[in-house]
Amino acid sequence: MQQIIYFFQKFKYFLFFLLLEFVALFFIFNNLSFHKSKFINSANSLTGGLYYQYSKITEYLNLKEENKLLAEENTKLKNLLSKRSVNPGIKDSTVLDTTRYYQKYTFSTAKIINNNYAKDFNFITINRGENQGIQKEMAVVNSRGIIGITEHTSKDYTRVQSILNKNSKINARLKNTNYFGTLGWNGKNYNTVQLSDIPRQAPIKIGDTIETGGKSTIFPEGILIGIISKINEGNSADNKVDITLFNDMSSLGYVKIIKNLYRQEIKQLEENNE
Amino acid sequence: MNSSLRLIFLFFGLLFLQVFVLNNILFLGHINPYLYIIFVFLYPLKENRIPFLFSTFLLGLGIDLFSDSGGIHAFSLLIIAYTRLFFIKLYFRKVTTDYAFFKLKSEPFGKRFNYVVTLTLIHHLIYFSFANFSLNNISEVFLNTFFSTVFTLILYFLGSYLFNKTE
Repeated sequence: MQQIIYFFQKFKYFLFFLLLEFVALFFIFNNLSFHKSKFINSANSLTGGLYYQYSKITEYLNLKEENKLLAEENTKLKNLLSKRSVNPGIKDSTVLDTTRYYQKYTFSTAKIINNNYAKDFNFITINRGENQGIQKEMAVVNSRGIIGITEHTSKDYTRVQSILNKNSKINARLKNTNYFGTLGWNGKNYNTVQLSDIPRQAPIKIGDTIETGGKSTIFPEGILIGIISKINEGNSADNKVDITLFNDMSSLGYVKIIKNLYRQEIKQLEENNE
Repeated sequence: MNSSLRLIFLFFGLLFLQVFVLNNILFLGHINPYLYIIFVFLYPLKENRIPFLFSTFLLGLGIDLFSDSGGIHAFSLLIIAYTRLFFIKLYFRKVTTDYAFFKLKSEPFGKRFNYVVTLTLIHHLIYFSFANFSLNNISEVFLNTFFSTVFTLILYFLGSYLFNKTE
C-alpha cells in the first residue's frame, strides 16, 4: 500500500498530465464523428454569444457582397415568375396547384457568425438553434449553392458541417441527368471540391454543372454546387472529378436552412426495411 | 500587480487575441500564428505544477471551443507545458532551488531563442499532425508547421521586445 502511495506521489505530475491528455484525446475523437460531437463545439451559448457579438461588427465589411447576392437572387426569382405569368387562356381544364398542398420543404434564414475554411475539418456556426426549430441534419444553402449540413444544435446556435470538411459526403449529380456521385473534399483548396464514384459512361465535360441529387433526405433536388474544372484521365477506381464551387466559401453572410417535412417518415420507412 | 490576477488577465487576453484576431489572419490563405502558446513561456516556474498543467489544459480547450477543433489545441499545448521543465533544465541548467528566481526575459538571448523555438516547433508539429489526421499529406504538415512557427516566433520576439522596453 505504501508503495502505491509512494508511486503516486512520485509520478503525480506525469499521471495528471496523462489524465488530461486522455481527456483531450477523447474530445478529439468525439469531434471527428458526426453524431457524437456533443462536448466541444462552438454552438454553445457562451462561444455562440461571443461570436454573435463579433459578427455584428464584422458583417459591415461584407454588406456590398451581400447586396449583390440579394440582387442576383431577386433577378433569378423575377425571371422565374415572369415565365409563369404567360397565361395560355385554356379554360376547359381546371388547374390544380398541388404545390400548395404537398409542401415538402420549409426554408428559414440564418446568419453565419463564424466561418472556417482553411483547416481540414471545417465547421460553420450560425445564429439559429432549437428554439427556432433547427434540428440536426438539415441542409444549409445560399442563393449560389450548397454550404453544409447542420450537425449539432444548442438553444440559439447551430454548428454546421461545412462541405469543406473531409468527413462531408453529399449526393450530387450531373445537371439534368441521372448520373450520381459522392461529393467530398480533399482538404486542399477551398474553391474546389471532388465528385467521386460517378459512372464511367457518364458524359462528363469540363464546364458541366453539378447539382444536388435529391437521393438523400437532407438536400432537395437540383440545388447548384459548381462546375467541373478538371477530369482525371487515368483509370483510377473512384473516377474523381474536380468541381469549382459557385460559392465563395471564404465570404459567406446569410444562409437558408431547409427542413424536409417528410424526413421523419422516410427515415422510419427505411429503418423498418432493414 | 498581483501575480495570479496577472495570469488570469494573460489567460483571457491570449484566448481572445487568438480566437478573434489571430485565427482570422490566414496569411496566404491558410497560415496562422498560434501566439497563445506564450502562456507556457510566461507562466512562472513553480514547484507544484498541477495548477500550471490544468490552466494550460483549460486554455487549449477554450481555443478548441471557439475553433471547433475538438481537443487538438489542448492536447498539443499540454505536451509543451509538461515538457517545459525538461527543456529549461537542458538549456538553462536550472535546479529546483532556482525555480523561484527564474525569469525568461533575464536569460541570454541565445538560450532563450533555442528554448522558445524548440517548444514552438513541438507544439505546431503536434497540432498540425492532429489537424490533418491522416498520413496522406505529411509534406503539408511539415510546411504548415514551418510557416506557422516562423510567424509565431516573429510575433513573439516583436512582442517581447516591445513589452520589455516599457518596463
